[in-house]
Amino acid sequence: MTTTEYVAERPIAAVPRPEVVLHGLRERPRGWLEWLTTTDHKKIGILYLYSTFIFFLIGGVEALMMRLQLAVPTNTLLTPKAYNAVMTMHGTTMVFLFVVPVLAGFGNYFVPLMIGARDMAFPRLNALSFWLLFFGGIVFYVSVFFHPPTAGWTMYTPLTEEAFSPGGGVDAWIFLIHLTGLSSLVGAVNFVATIHNMRAKGMGWARMPLFVWSILIYSYLLILALPAVAAGVTMLLTDRHLDTGFFNPANGGDPLLWQHLFWFFGHPEVYIMVLPAFGMISEVIPVFSRKPIFGYKAIAASTAAIAFLGMLVWAHHMFTTPTATVVLAFFMLSSFTIGVPTGIKIFNWLATMWRGSLVFKTPLYFACGFLAQFVIGGISGIMLAVFPVDWQLHDTYFVVAHFHYTLFGGAIFGLFAGLYYWFPKMSGRLMNETLGKISFWLMFIGFNTTFLVQHAAGTSGMPRRIYTYYSTSGWEGYNLVSTIGAFILATGVLLTVINLIRSIKHGQKAGNDPWKANTLEWFTTSPPPENNFDVVPRIRSAEPMKDIRRDVAAGGRAAGSVAQPVAPGT
Amino acid sequence: MLIGPSAALADWISPESGGSPNADKVDTLYTIVLCMGIVIFVLVEGLLLYSIFKFRARRRGPQPAQVHGNTRLEVGWTVAAAVIVLVIAGITFAFLGGIKNPPSSSPTGLQGASGVQLATVGALKTPSGKALHIDVNGQQYIWRYDYVDQPRLTENRPVYAYYRMVVPTDTTVILKLNASDVIHSWWIPRLGGKADATPGHDNYTWFKIPGKYAGQIFKGQCAELCGEGHADMRAEVQALPPDQFKAWFERQRNDLLASQKALAAQRKAGVGQ
Repeated sequence: MTTTEYVAERPIAAVPRPEVVLHGLRERPRGWLEWLTTTDHKKIGILYLYSTFIFFLIGGVEALMMRLQLAVPTNTLLTPKAYNAVMTMHGTTMVFLFVVPVLAGFGNYFVPLMIGARDMAFPRLNALSFWLLFFGGIVFYVSVFFHPPTAGWTMYTPLTEEAFSPGGGVDAWIFLIHLTGLSSLVGAVNFVATIHNMRAKGMGWARMPLFVWSILIYSYLLILALPAVAAGVTMLLTDRHLDTGFFNPANGGDPLLWQHLFWFFGHPEVYIMVLPAFGMISEVIPVFSRKPIFGYKAIAASTAAIAFLGMLVWAHHMFTTPTATVVLAFFMLSSFTIGVPTGIKIFNWLATMWRGSLVFKTPLYFACGFLAQFVIGGISGIMLAVFPVDWQLHDTYFVVAHFHYTLFGGAIFGLFAGLYYWFPKMSGRLMNETLGKISFWLMFIGFNTTFLVQHAAGTSGMPRRIYTYYSTSGWEGYNLVSTIGAFILATGVLLTVINLIRSIKHGQKAGNDPWKANTLEWFTTSPPPENNFDVVPRIRSAEPMKDIRRDVAAGGRAAGSVAQPVAPGT
Repeated sequence: MLIGPSAALADWISPESGGSPNADKVDTLYTIVLCMGIVIFVLVEGLLLYSIFKFRARRRGPQPAQVHGNTRLEVGWTVAAAVIVLVIAGITFAFLGGIKNPPSSSPTGLQGASGVQLATVGALKTPSGKALHIDVNGQQYIWRYDYVDQPRLTENRPVYAYYRMVVPTDTTVILKLNASDVIHSWWIPRLGGKADATPGHDNYTWFKIPGKYAGQIFKGQCAELCGEGHADMRAEVQALPPDQFKAWFERQRNDLLASQKALAAQRKAGVGQ
């Protein structure tokens, strides 16, 4: 089954067989128990991916419920309370239970493979990090049966103080933040330790795959940003139950303190969500352009630059608060500076495709969709950073459109590119190309139909987070179009889900390296054996698989060809 | 460029305006930044589409040149991106004064609008110091307006109104915002940007409605999630010529005084029973 067995069968000439005596070796549990107790980074990665995709579907259903409610003016499908609950659950689910952990899932599966490691640095900690996430999600969703939170995913005080939000919903949310926050912190420490210490021989910083770079920066950002929100929610918890008054002006507290603590975490969180998607795009585009990434160092450096600057822009979420103009000006300028490294990335990706030989498989479709849409989110982001303009646009559907262009059009299209790209490695089978492309087009058309018109709804004065609006508002057309688009988008996502489930059993066999890719994970079998690699070749460039293919083509003994699993009898 | 405050045609894609100079200037600033954004959008999407159609892999096509980068080009677009954001920053600062600072009331505006001295940091002041001051208080789920520098009901009780704010045209109206329960956000799109009403803080904004809009009603609603009734927390601003405003104000004051009297009488009767 695994390659280790084959290695053992090979005759070992004169060297005496080393004897290792194992004590207390436990038999490995089988079946579902194996999934509960596993510490294998690949199995944990799969657990992450399945759980987060289920949360993605739940969050998507919540989005559709909101769109149905808003499809026509003065609709009564949802009560105001139910609408606010669904809106809060949607935001929280997508941020804390889907985008951030799904990236941890991809990272878990692929970082050790891409750097030629046997596993993560701390396998048990890795399992802990998944189970913290899982129970965080359960603690949060159980509140549906009692008092779901209704104050939006940003949980602004004083609305979330006991007086205005009684019941356990906000507390369930606080525990979700604590549990998923711990999960992310533990996971981040693990990624940092793994990436710093366990890279293959020869893989210097300048030869590390760009996805690994992005996961490294993602981890550092998590470590820097999460303590602020952990402190914030703890203060909120004591405010609610011990009357500490951190955010209560009557007790000498300040509601703005919450906004600072929340966004000091919340804005880096945005980059936490999008940087690994950038990393995936930086893997997919060169492979399907048959060209090396253009400006490897600029892309790696701009990732670090975005992370650094991303820590300095949090108050651009607070332009309408009572804050001195000079502070607003600072946060406008710091937000502008992020446009520079982001622009660098976009032009580097375009230059990678330029004069390439583009192989249009589904991952490249999603990568192009990412580029086309993310640039819109980037431009609207610069517009929002102009703080006098933000006074008009803040808290409107323009903002809703903006962050969906970056998070859905950007991050989620990016990770769909990653899903189609890496599925063959994880399952050993290819996903269906036709179904994948239909899914892409439905998602692309659906996404833009849903969110492009929301810019116009916002500039026409439609605030976000309202459960209804009048037929005299002038927003009816935008909302109807948006709702239709949402259902097209949902159909597209559903097709990918069907494609995924079908392909696990019935997909075409992929082989080790179906895409002629560049990085080390394609060197091992699909799916990889438990120990990942028997031998890891010495890394000589940022594209080790290209080196190996060239060596094989040249007829010479490839640097690491022995590492290819050998069939019994050869 | 065809950008003007009255470009109503483009209004579906740009913020509402045409009620107050600050809203008009925000609209213009938005439109300038949008135009620059459109140039970048066309450039990026153009390069992307061109690449998609031009550089498709062909059967037995030659292996593409393995270019790893081009320092000159990369420095070039880094500098270009930096220059663009610097230009936007420059334009923003050029517009900021007109958006942030209220002008003086026109001679045709409300006369006798006083110049109450404002001590708070961040408070707004017109050059002449004269303006109509209204304190706006947000509460779940209604707005209350106190006409603080006009004749009062009692010494410490200004004339007030809920939901509809009546103001004189051609007069600079300075709003001081706060909230008594949770955070709300004041927003009448055609009269300029939002300002949060936060418990424990004072926030300021202003508008000045031109005389031609006399009789018009400007609508808006709370822009910060404040609870179940957030979507129903609406507000209106009605602009009246100064003399009509004065008449309205007297009527409002007399109505409030009368109802106060009636209430006091009722209370007395209640106690007497």
